[in-house]
Amino acid sequence: MSAHYYNADDLAKFGSIGEYQKELADKFFSYYGEVFKDSQLTAKEKSLIALAVAHAVQCPYCIDAYSSDAYEKGYSEAQMMEAVHVAAAIKGGAVLVHGVQMMNKVKEIKM
Amino acid sequence: MKSLNVLQHHLANTQNQLAILEDEGAHKHASFKEKLAAIGAFPLRAAGIEIFQVNVGKMCNQVCKHCHVDAGPDRKEIMTRETMQLCLTILAKSDIKIVDLTGGAPELNPDFRWFVAEIKKLGKHIIVRCNLTIILANKKFHDLPEFFREHRIEVVSSLPSFTKDRTDRQRGDGVFDDSIKALKMLNAVGYGEEDSGLFLNLVYNPAGAFLPPSQQALEKEYKEELLKNFGIRFNHLFAITNMPISRYLDYLLTSGNYDKYMEKLISAFNPAAINNVMCRNTISVSWDGFLYDCDFNQMLDLLVDVPSSRHLRDFDLDLLSARAIVLKQHCYGCTAGAGSSCGGTVAD
Repeated sequence: MSAHYYNADDLAKFGSIGEYQKELADKFFSYYGEVFKDSQLTAKEKSLIALAVAHAVQCPYCIDAYSSDAYEKGYSEAQMMEAVHVAAAIKGGAVLVHGVQMMNKVKEIKM
Repeated sequence: MKSLNVLQHHLANTQNQLAILEDEGAHKHASFKEKLAAIGAFPLRAAGIEIFQVNVGKMCNQVCKHCHVDAGPDRKEIMTRETMQLCLTILAKSDIKIVDLTGGAPELNPDFRWFVAEIKKLGKHIIVRCNLTIILANKKFHDLPEFFREHRIEVVSSLPSFTKDRTDRQRGDGVFDDSIKALKMLNAVGYGEEDSGLFLNLVYNPAGAFLPPSQQALEKEYKEELLKNFGIRFNHLFAITNMPISRYLDYLLTSGNYDKYMEKLISAFNPAAINNVMCRNTISVSWDGFLYDCDFNQMLDLLVDVPSSRHLRDFDLDLLSARAIVLKQHCYGCTAGAGSSCGGTVAD
């Protein structure tokens, strides 16, 4: 076990999860491959969505992978940062909208 | 920006480049020859000569950061008319149908137009690798679109992005704007128009340490963006992988990307690309008449493996048509992913 939880080299070893459960891994990677193909959305558009989601879920492997992929597919730095802001806005909004729940509770119990 | 050659940079010496590429001890990269041997494709042999690619000189009006030729205004190597005449004699005797003119900026060779006219008299199809900005560089080049049209030349031009930022970062300030103006001039004389027979093809190559994305998707996007933003039309987009040599090798080393880039090329090795790599149907001629398997081998001083036929003076079509290709680690650049050649990807 390494002294830290995240290791950049582990990204390239993603496929090795099949060593412990091949059938499910095969199904996942097959599904994953299908999801990112050109379809109703282009592979390029999906890459930018993945970049935003990677930030929202704060997965360093995914951020590494989709920063490269989105740039390689032609997005500019500004477009990629706007996608990160979309993730931030949704995450921030998700926190703040719970403020209504807080307000409801306070209004319920206060005199 | 100056060429590595004028700067007397250590990478201007091709032996130093090859030492880095072949240094297995330091990088532990799998040997390209062994990779081919494992799939029964070694030695790789030419399957005839369909394309006669001539580098008419290293002089260029641009100094691109990725240039495998190390071309620029400070390069003085230029093909003479005598050497061109040797090319013409060979072409007249052979059934080679395509002549691919490259440089530097081939138009800067003072005998360029004469050479084109003479090749055309032989009934050959001519490709000119035009960097676009040369058309705007001087008044005497403004009529190049008409000259190209008159000789039914296929124009192949680099445009690494449909955005100014990426293009200028790779090819120099102002290149994007001038390229757009030049493309409009080519369109104005009929290039890129459906059914005109005047082919205008663009070349994408990555502005960074990564491989090209899907050629098909890029072509679609380029066509939409260039038409929408500038009213520009073209025929096809060729996605080309940057070879880890010369200035691009310098970029990879100085940016710390060399090992990762080589790993990318190697892990993306595609056996299906082998059959269609350009060295199998091309012979590459240098400004001084020497013969190579491709433009990249030429820039690494790797002469063809036919000791009796290494110069135009000794051109032996039969021997050269079945020659074993000289392979080094940079060859991974032509077999990665969908493969890469002067005509774009080579495998689905």
